Amino acid sequence: MAHVWSPLKVHAMLHLDMDKAKISVSHGAGGRMMQELIKEIASIIENKKTRDGRGIDVLEDAGIANINGTKIAFTTDSYTVDPIFFPGGSIGKLAVCGTINDLAVMGAKPLALTLALVLEEGFPMAELKKIVMDINKEVKKANVAIISGDTKVMEKGKIDKIIINTAGIGIVRYDVSDYYARPGDKVMVSGSIGDHGMALLARRFKFETKLKSDCSSIASMALSLLKTGGIRVMKDPTRGGLAACLNEIAEKSKVDMVVYEDKVPIKEEVRSVGEVLGIDPMHTACEGRCVIIAKEEKAEEILNMAKRFDRNASIIGDVVKGSGKVFIETKIGSKRYLESPIGELYPRIC
Amino acid sequence: MSSCKEKDMARDILRDIKKLGIKKEVRIMEVCGTHTQTIARYGIKNILPENIKLISGPGCPVCVTPASHVDLAIKLAEEEDVIITTYGDAYKLPGSEKSLAEVGKNVKIVYSVDEVIEMCRAQRDKEFVHLSIGFETTAPAIASVLLKNPELENFSIIPSNKLIPPAMQYLIKNDCKIDGFICPGHVSAIIGAKPYERIAKVYEKPCVISGFEAIDVLKSILMILNQIKNNISKVEIEYKRLVKYEGNKIAREKMDKVFKASNAYWRGIGNIPSSGLKLRNRFKRFDAPKRYKIKLKDAKEIKPGCLCSKIIVGNALPTQCKLFRKECTPYKPYGPCMVSVEGACNVAFRYG
Amino acid sequence: MCLAFPGRVVKIYKKKEKALIDFGNVKRDVNITLLPKVRVGDLVMVHAGFAIERVEENELM
Repeated sequence: MAHVWSPLKVHAMLHLDMDKAKISVSHGAGGRMMQELIKEIASIIENKKTRDGRGIDVLEDAGIANINGTKIAFTTDSYTVDPIFFPGGSIGKLAVCGTINDLAVMGAKPLALTLALVLEEGFPMAELKKIVMDINKEVKKANVAIISGDTKVMEKGKIDKIIINTAGIGIVRYDVSDYYARPGDKVMVSGSIGDHGMALLARRFKFETKLKSDCSSIASMALSLLKTGGIRVMKDPTRGGLAACLNEIAEKSKVDMVVYEDKVPIKEEVRSVGEVLGIDPMHTACEGRCVIIAKEEKAEEILNMAKRFDRNASIIGDVVKGSGKVFIETKIGSKRYLESPIGELYPRIC
Repeated sequence: MSSCKEKDMARDILRDIKKLGIKKEVRIMEVCGTHTQTIARYGIKNILPENIKLISGPGCPVCVTPASHVDLAIKLAEEEDVIITTYGDAYKLPGSEKSLAEVGKNVKIVYSVDEVIEMCRAQRDKEFVHLSIGFETTAPAIASVLLKNPELENFSIIPSNKLIPPAMQYLIKNDCKIDGFICPGHVSAIIGAKPYERIAKVYEKPCVISGFEAIDVLKSILMILNQIKNNISKVEIEYKRLVKYEGNKIAREKMDKVFKASNAYWRGIGNIPSSGLKLRNRFKRFDAPKRYKIKLKDAKEIKPGCLCSKIIVGNALPTQCKLFRKECTPYKPYGPCMVSVEGACNVAFRYG
Repeated sequence: MCLAFPGRVVKIYKKKEKALIDFGNVKRDVNITLLPKVRVGDLVMVHAGFAIERVEENELM
């Protein structure tokens, strides 16, 4: 019955023949297909890490380089979100927060970013200015600096409006890793899930709602919680949502997880949009949340501290012995797999 | 309903099921794909007694939509510069060679056909064709927009709607070993309970019209088992809060004005008489194949080695297909039952 | 083929073809031509942007 998602097995399932296959939108959707594409690309690069560091051999939210005894976290992300302005933010805000969050969940204090813009010919200056002002606002809030940048323009139609890439560095203060979850640990989320993805879907499919993206920096919360010393894993559930995030941790740590459906915090409007469109909030992106795997004895303390930042912070499950599967205990008391989404999510009639 | 209350209710229903003391194997078919989703989402198969088997039926619009309809949509998008609108379900459904998702341009996903009408009105210089899949729950909406917008000149549909009761009768007549039916709740909100009377009385199969909450499905299973235990077969409505015996008359009248029943090809099953909907002559101008003078070509509906035709009628399990989890996965679906999130093979793959 | 969700009728627009439905902190315009007798305050089941039937609230579980 159970299938174990070992990279080798899934590779075989995907038949990812790099010479013949074509990239599809599903490869960017944050689910299984994106995972496997990343692994394929990483398998071609031979120098995967620096000496005493961690890199694309382990594929975490940031790489870590060891420079004369100091650990530096280094990460990059490209932002292609559409629409570029959405309830709660913009591509600019996302580009800063997303990269800062990737550093924070690796236990690093974000220090500096680079900013690369690729613009479509004809893109309105006023919109660009607004985006850069959003970037400035977030950078100031997070107390980081943009210390290098680049700008390119492409002919109209060759790209869609704007693509932003940010790279970030920070000094690692705490040792956390996707590979550190252990049986007995508690699974926690820092706030309600699915807000970002559903806010964008709500807008696209013409719902009237106050629901906004949760796009924000989690760095100061993360660093406060890491001080407790009880955190083993931190990860931000972006594309692919909570489900993809938990599955990735479970696989890497070679553990199973049990999540309790009635304990997962989901806003009423997120649930409603999800039900109407037939899209699962657990598969939907968050952009201002983190998943925390904490030692059992420290979990309550961490939860109380997390609640000071967001009252929806919750303990949602347990880590148990296993081989990389995530289960959900449903509201009727039965159990089933909580699988990673496969590709992009669309509204359904069935 | 509070979570505690649901757990208690579920426990009570399961206790009542066990109390019936049925020892033989009972095969219950949930006809509707949305019920397949509910059953998977709440792990219902995992909590029922071993001898109660739930079989997924053909009420999965994506699974049974002919490849030829997808091929036509693709042809219109690529060659006639028509904008194809589709519900999300059919976006990744493979035609003979590819899916609408792979077309790139001229394909728009919609939640409601109302959005298509708005686009038609806003962009009079463009032509829109809606891939009209779905069953009796969805067909009245299409009928309604056609009745309300007779003057629209840039809208047409690929008529792919199907009817459920004829498919259920076909399954029984073709020796599918089913002991009872969980009937589709929202189809029944439209058609009422009467269309299932024949299945209950003549073919002696219990029919319970079920809602879509976990408790609804569990209750419906209990009701079917109760009938089996007492050797009766009738139509019952579990979904009392929505389904009336007479259904939604107005919705049916609209359907009848615009559509008439026709023979239809169900991918994986074959032709089922009077099981599809085609546009009446008065509305033929909204028929895309006629409008664009393109005949629906026979397509490679089921590829060699694919077991969908047996799976979709409940005569085989996904695990019995040699391609399951090997050449056929949700990433690279070989057959239609793997494409849709409520296709039997897709559900089996994801939920184990 | 039956994905639908209930919502409450908040406002019926002039032409009586559409209504504003509240699904629980989110609202959307929904086509009500299949339920012409619907009233403000009714709970209706919505499928693919169309109200298909009224929900009998005293039969709720």
